[in-house]
Amino acid sequence: MIELDNVGYSYGGGALLSNVSVTLAPGSFHFLTGPSGAGKTTLLKLCYGALEPTSGRVKAFESDMRGFDRDQMAMLRRRIGVVHQDCRFLDHLPVADNIALPLVVSGRDMLREAENLRELIAWVGLSERADALPPELSGGERQRAALARAVILSPDVILADEPTGNVDWEMSMRLLQLLVELNRMGKTVLIASHDLGLIRAAKSQVQARVLRISNRRLQLAGADL
Amino acid sequence: MNRGTIRSYFIGDAQADRVVPPSGFTARLTLFAAGAMAFLAVFALALSLAAGRLADRWASELARSATLRITAPADQMAAQTEVALTILRQTPGVARARALSPQEQAGLLAPWFGPGLDLATLPVPQLIEVTEDETGYDAAGLRLRLAAEVPGAVLDDHTRWRRPLVEAATSLRRIGWISIALIGGTMAAMISLAAHAALAANAQVIEVLRLVGARDVYIASAFVRRFTIRALIGAVLGTGLGMGGVLLLPAASDEGGFLTGLGFQGLGWLWPLLIPILGALVAFAATWAAARSRLKELT
Repeated sequence: MIELDNVGYSYGGGALLSNVSVTLAPGSFHFLTGPSGAGKTTLLKLCYGALEPTSGRVKAFESDMRGFDRDQMAMLRRRIGVVHQDCRFLDHLPVADNIALPLVVSGRDMLREAENLRELIAWVGLSERADALPPELSGGERQRAALARAVILSPDVILADEPTGNVDWEMSMRLLQLLVELNRMGKTVLIASHDLGLIRAAKSQVQARVLRISNRRLQLAGADL
Repeated sequence: MNRGTIRSYFIGDAQADRVVPPSGFTARLTLFAAGAMAFLAVFALALSLAAGRLADRWASELARSATLRITAPADQMAAQTEVALTILRQTPGVARARALSPQEQAGLLAPWFGPGLDLATLPVPQLIEVTEDETGYDAAGLRLRLAAEVPGAVLDDHTRWRRPLVEAATSLRRIGWISIALIGGTMAAMISLAAHAALAANAQVIEVLRLVGARDVYIASAFVRRFTIRALIGAVLGTGLGMGGVLLLPAASDEGGFLTGLGFQGLGWLWPLLIPILGALVAFAATWAAARSRLKELT
């Protein structure tokens, strides 16, 4: 699905990541962990093309992202669902419209998708809040809305950046549950998180691999988790 | 761009329009700028068209007429006038030659001396109006013959003062067209600025749209459609007011001279109707360019 081959990323100050090689196989479940500032978000951004690697190459669905023009990049975003750390909604539109946004921008027939949208909103438990504006939502509700928006186009890959960052343990478990269900439906999942409790909880439900960033490199963490 | 997309800009897509938050301030500014510019454009257009008509009229009417002035002692006046008329009628290229009556001459002098002037008390020269036919006459030859037979005659073919007038009217027309071009450019500049402001104010929205897989065309058209429609509405209002203003100007009349000829005549009234269309096209191009350059800066 997504393949990083000897990828390095550096900005003005110096190298953040170097020699990162990883393949997200179809249907796999990965955690990405590491201390704050280690480059988890950067690595995710490299995966969905928001950043370009300074060395090495990133392949998505068998094609090199470097050759993508802006329209191809837009098409790629429709195949990769992203749950951002800060969610990023259109604050003037109600939650249901925000969740439906990927459908709208890709020109889908909204009447035909109405039923799917309703089911998806029910699945993330936001039926009661569908008409609220994003700023009125709690942290957990925002995360669930962001997850619903990420999966509405039925993408092959789901990338989530600290999806449980601002929510309590119970809500974390609920979000994890949703992601595990998606993985069981065959989606490739990559979750960036520094919450070791969450990772342990996931390991009991799903065959998850843990990638750890330390010293600018990516390592496969052992059984100690 | 195919016809389908152009049509969809104007019919719009209710969902796409809601994606960009409504913006009262830039909307009103664009509306006002487009309206004001269209209003000015109507007057510049009226000026250009009127100056064009004036230049054509002066060039054609004056070119085909000349005046023969006979200055002679009172007792010889009638005889010399008769000779001159005979010569003129014999000259090839002269369609008509007519001596002005004392009443007509008094009428010409009235603006200077006031009405009720008795011409008999003044040594006023006799004027003969000469009208050319299509081929025209040989002015130099006519002058030589008149000099020999009617010593007091002076032929004035009006070129002396016709040329600067035609030149003035022509440059007035040019200034009118330059004004229209400048108005169009100013409108493009104002709408570009407004579009840039709107795009900057909505940077967050654009970023979210890019993240969920919106193509540039989709994002740009949401803005382009808004600005084009606003400019069209503003320009329709401005053009309507401008045309109303032109309608209220006094009609062309002999008393007012060329100044009252400002306005549209006949089919000329169709010209200002192009202004809103051009205004909308200018807004379309300006917003499109602004959106394109802005979107390139984002990933």
